[in-house]
Amino acid sequence: MARYDRAITVFSPDGHLFQVEYALEAVRKGNAAVGVRGTDTIVLAVEKKSAPKLQDSRSVRKIVNLDNHIALACAGLKADARVLINKARIECQSHKLTIEDPVTVEYITRYIAGLQQKYTQSGGVRPFGLSTLIIGFDPHTGTPSLYQTDPSGTFSAWKANATGRNSNSIREFLEKNYKETHGQETLKLAIRALLEVVESGGKNIEVGVMTKEHGLKQLEESEIDAVVAEIEAEKAAAEAAKKAPSTKET
Amino acid sequence: MESVFGMVGKDFAIVAADTSAVHSILVHKTNEDKIMILDSHKLMGASGETGDRAQFTEYVQKNVSLYQFRNGIPLTTAATANFTRGELATALRKNPYMVNIILAGYDKETGPSMYFIDYIASLHKLDKAAFGYGAYFALAMMDRHYRRDMTVEEAIELVDKCIVEIRSRLVVAPPNFLIKIVDKDGAREYAWRQSIKDAPVSAA
Repeated sequence: MARYDRAITVFSPDGHLFQVEYALEAVRKGNAAVGVRGTDTIVLAVEKKSAPKLQDSRSVRKIVNLDNHIALACAGLKADARVLINKARIECQSHKLTIEDPVTVEYITRYIAGLQQKYTQSGGVRPFGLSTLIIGFDPHTGTPSLYQTDPSGTFSAWKANATGRNSNSIREFLEKNYKETHGQETLKLAIRALLEVVESGGKNIEVGVMTKEHGLKQLEESEIDAVVAEIEAEKAAAEAAKKAPSTKET
Repeated sequence: MESVFGMVGKDFAIVAADTSAVHSILVHKTNEDKIMILDSHKLMGASGETGDRAQFTEYVQKNVSLYQFRNGIPLTTAATANFTRGELATALRKNPYMVNIILAGYDKETGPSMYFIDYIASLHKLDKAAFGYGAYFALAMMDRHYRRDMTVEEAIELVDKCIVEIRSRLVVAPPNFLIKIVDKDGAREYAWRQSIKDAPVSAA
């Protein structure tokens, strides 16, 4: 196996590209990120690992704008993310300049995935160590979309997805609990999913809500705390309702 | 011949441009918008080679957007002017853009400002400026009547005086003008001054 790590342009005998798989490992160590698509709202929620006391947390934004109608969150190597995000932002403007139309979510996802793939098939480079969740509204039809890309360069559309740390548990939760939602319900579903693996509280989660009219809105810590409180109250009420009938049995 | 001119008032800046698109002896259209809105608080009026004008102003607009996405804050008017001049200067000795530009903007910290950038990449920060043959008449009127603390109404009166001079004294005078304004509330269209009306066409 050791012989097939070196230059990633080489396949292993059993058809693996080990560098790409190692990149996926790097993603699995990154912070948890969740995306949920509603009918009129799309939500990205990202785990914020506890910041060192002296760090100015405003300089570490995990959910970023690529254009007025597109946002991105990622899990994995943040420095690699900066490079990809920069290229994607340039492509968004370049597309508007040549085509006179804003990009569709699918176009920019395809572009980012294409970049990630290029780095799995070039000499002397390593793949980008991150998976992205890309959300946005189609500039003409207004349909909401959520896409995911990964270090191999594959991408697909999702109703809800998670990446990064414990993404499997989050995805399980989403598969059990997903339904078509809108507005506040979409936001609550995303946060509930993330809270499965992250310590509850506004300072551990970063949330971005995208709507067609207002674009991306980053929630304040207090707003997140309010929603978390609502979710916990609902959970407590559900627990109480479950316990009530069983008191009859002794 | 195209005219673009502008002036800075008390807490706003105005850019006015003619709206004729001309090719040799043919007038293609009389409602061409030559004042590009770069972002929420910047206007770029441009005159010159039609293709270069559209291409260059759109290029500047997309780069202003890109800066905002990358850095989370908008470019200042001064920075935009210097960027624009830099692009013109770089292209000058290879593949020059034949575009003259009046850039006006409003910054929260420094208020309204206006920059004169000609096609050979001169840059001047000014209170009043004009391009084209119409400049001979517009500058004369502005030199006579302009004051730094004019209100919007007074400034528009002066703009109208300039337009009247251009219309009456220039042999191939453009018939229609467009006026845009930028102040603390943003950049927007202010008014048209039309003496010939085209059939209404939706903007490209």
